[in-house]
Amino acid sequence: MAASAVSADPTPQSKGNASGSRGDEIAHLVTFVFACTVVLAIAILVWKLWADSALTREKFGFHFLSGTNWDPNAKDYGALPFIWGTVITSLLALLISVPLGVGAAIFLAELAPARLSNACTFLVELLAAVPSVIYGLLAIFTLVPLMDEYIQPFFKHTVGQVPGLAVFFSGPSTGNSYLTAGMVLAIMTLPFIISISRESLLEVPRDQREAALALGATKWESTIQVVVPHARLNILGSIFLGLARALGETMAVTMVIGNDTNIHASLIAPGSTIAALIASQFHEASDPLQRSALIELGLVLFLITVIINALARLLIIATRGKGTAHSA
Amino acid sequence: MTMRTGILAALALSSLAGAAYAQSFNASGATFPAPIYGRWFQDYKQAHPNVQINYQPNGSGSGITDLINGTVDFAASDRPLTADELNRAKNPIYFPTVLGAVVIAYNLPTVKQPLKLTPDVLANIFLTKINKWNDPAIAKLNPGAALPNEDIVLVHRSDASGTTFVFTEYLSKISDAWKNGPGTGQSPKWPSGLGQPGNPGVAGQIKKTKNSIGYVELAYVLDPSTKGTVQAAQLQNAAGQFVTASVQSVAAAGAQATDFPVSLSNPPASNKAAYPISTFTYLLIPSKWSDPAKKAAIVDFLKWMLTAGQKTAPSMFYAPLPAPVVKKDQDQIAKIQ
Amino acid sequence: MNRLAYRKAVNFVMLSATGVCTLVSVSALFVILGFLAFKGGSSIDWAFLTKLPLPTGMTGGGMANGIVGSALMVGLAALLGLPVGFLGGIYLAEFAGKTSGFVIRYMADLLNGVPSIVVGILAYMLVVAPLHTYSAYGGGFALGLMVIPITLRSTEQFLLNVPRALREGALALGAPKWKVISTVVVPAASKGILTGMILGVARVAGETAPLLFTALNNDFWAKSLKQPTASLPVMIYYHAISLYDDWNRQAWAAGLVLLGMVLLTNITVRWIMGRGISVQKG
Repeated sequence: MAASAVSADPTPQSKGNASGSRGDEIAHLVTFVFACTVVLAIAILVWKLWADSALTREKFGFHFLSGTNWDPNAKDYGALPFIWGTVITSLLALLISVPLGVGAAIFLAELAPARLSNACTFLVELLAAVPSVIYGLLAIFTLVPLMDEYIQPFFKHTVGQVPGLAVFFSGPSTGNSYLTAGMVLAIMTLPFIISISRESLLEVPRDQREAALALGATKWESTIQVVVPHARLNILGSIFLGLARALGETMAVTMVIGNDTNIHASLIAPGSTIAALIASQFHEASDPLQRSALIELGLVLFLITVIINALARLLIIATRGKGTAHSA
Repeated sequence: MTMRTGILAALALSSLAGAAYAQSFNASGATFPAPIYGRWFQDYKQAHPNVQINYQPNGSGSGITDLINGTVDFAASDRPLTADELNRAKNPIYFPTVLGAVVIAYNLPTVKQPLKLTPDVLANIFLTKINKWNDPAIAKLNPGAALPNEDIVLVHRSDASGTTFVFTEYLSKISDAWKNGPGTGQSPKWPSGLGQPGNPGVAGQIKKTKNSIGYVELAYVLDPSTKGTVQAAQLQNAAGQFVTASVQSVAAAGAQATDFPVSLSNPPASNKAAYPISTFTYLLIPSKWSDPAKKAAIVDFLKWMLTAGQKTAPSMFYAPLPAPVVKKDQDQIAKIQ
Repeated sequence: MNRLAYRKAVNFVMLSATGVCTLVSVSALFVILGFLAFKGGSSIDWAFLTKLPLPTGMTGGGMANGIVGSALMVGLAALLGLPVGFLGGIYLAEFAGKTSGFVIRYMADLLNGVPSIVVGILAYMLVVAPLHTYSAYGGGFALGLMVIPITLRSTEQFLLNVPRALREGALALGAPKWKVISTVVVPAASKGILTGMILGVARVAGETAPLLFTALNNDFWAKSLKQPTASLPVMIYYHAISLYDDWNRQAWAAGLVLLGMVLLTNITVRWIMGRGISVQKG
């Protein structure tokens, strides 16, 4: 997904004449101004999110983050059910998509012939272009009944019987649950993990593999003990990237998660996430306190995604330039 | 670039078509009356091709918020405004339009006969004190019904809803536990349940979810799309009768109303045929209009609504307004400036 | 020997497992397409493409206004986002120093990573509230904000990929820098830049969340850009969750149309560029 940009050689400067350099100055200024719009946009966003959430920040302080009661009637707002929902659905998504994605990346990088690998990667990357609402549409009519009739009862009767884990698979359930949302998000994060992991596996130098194989390792052992660890930072970065996307997903989640504002420990119970709640309630919030609460939630979500994105970039950038790009 | 030219061409064409509309209104609000409003606005447009009313049913709460923010021309709500909201919305005028029913809808494939429910049992179901379908309290009311040994799945609104307000107001009247618990409101804290936006969303969720129960406006339950899956319960009223929601039982509930806004839920025992959770639904029309042509158009629509519009109500499963209310509505039109 | 046999078995099992993973991942796309084609294909008729939606519950309406509305707002987003991203990308590739480059790149990545619902909140505050109306402007603005960082980064990437030799040759002929950029570098990178632009615009075409409370929805043709405007993604959402069979059917059809357009754009553009280009997504 991240194209390997040519090294940051500074572009050659012109020792042009006066009118040329004035033209350069203008070009420099104009492009600079446009480039700064992103800085401006972020600045305004952060300022607005901060300023318009003042009411609830002052009223609840940090209890806003730990409160579990979201009650517009009683004017009591606690964000924990939604923070929990956001985090747990994203983690469930990763639990599914990381093994699946890294496994597929290994196959595509190490085993598949180049044409098959390119074709499959092309198809998988198209998954990233599918709009969220379409995932939701499909999930409502296919995944939700499936979860309700087969998959959730299966978990309830197997993992749910293990003491200690029982609480995670207990209680009344329909197909609208954290787990279903997690599964939809898994498909949505898959393309990122596969694409970036595959590229970083391809960048691992040949000699690494050959050395392992020369020592008698099987292909799998060479892959899992040598190649993958070599690329682990990039792979980790891709996971964080996928996580960042999952955290902010709105439509696919709100269509399957059940939109229950209570907090549940059980994964097969319905719940809600920050994005889903904002989508449900922002339009109608005439009470300034409720609006402030929703904006504060938006601020929390923004901060979480900022941190995750930063970690992702750090991991991916840190490994740039490490080793040359040769496929096995 | 050709895409852009195409877009500009489409825009030009549509604005040419749009130029025919002398008056264009944006409104938003309750999903409760959305079927009949949609029908009215279409019918009215056919009679008056130069007036276009775009009504977005996003819930009573959104409608009121939009009215306060001035992002719509008028709004629709099933619930009355608070004093603060009236103030911030610059004192719009209530215009009741029709009477409707909040029906208890459920999805029980094994139960063929309509379920009978008393107010107590209903409240306990939504308080989750009764959480299995074959609970003795339900079985007692429905001897012989094949009630499954399954959890009851509650369905409610995820958005700020006038339908919710009417329903919770009824629950507060007949149950102290409800009154002291979640209470009356457009967005109460539900003890449990799945949420969906709008009456169509709730009805859709009930339709898709076995063993579920929720509250929806009558017109949605009677739609052919719910045939065979979503059924309406018979609710016991104060006179002890188990009443099916219908145009007649709703009309009975509102027959004695003369003033508004007013709550019609849980009518006294003297009203034997009344459906206990009936309500008016209102258009909230600003009292001052800056554009005289727009004002004239909305006044004309209101007059149409109170005459021709009332006639279509029964066929859409809403009860027309009782005569005194129509009269008061008509008198109010003069207040619009 | 036992140990070797075991290791070989593990080797076979695990490598097969990775093959299965790939199969599952790739087939996901076909399952999605298959379902949409199956459920929606039969519903795409002339009525669907040309008629307006009918009131709640009546059958036979269409989503013509949603199709045009989407196109309109995507067009607005392109109008706002593409020039800004393009020129900003030029700055990053050609003029930026170390610090300003780092800051702008980081901010662009941040903007890229902002959840779309939060972008919707911002657009509501900046466009809808001051104008006192839901509008295509609001929707287009929200989508445009999302187009900017994508275009910015992809333009920068493709400009940086232009070989030094090309620049140096032009400069050696005495041309001022801005002329080199506009007549040599940008044209050399134009194919890639255009690709990035189209992919970025295609990505926002499917966004729903930012439109929910900016453009709202409209049962009719919007008379102007300052009116609530229907869009395919928003209509799909409300139609899919509702109880009406006819609306559900239309949601499938709309899903097929939307996905078809998005995928077609993606496939065509990537085919033109050949393999190896990637969409930058934060």
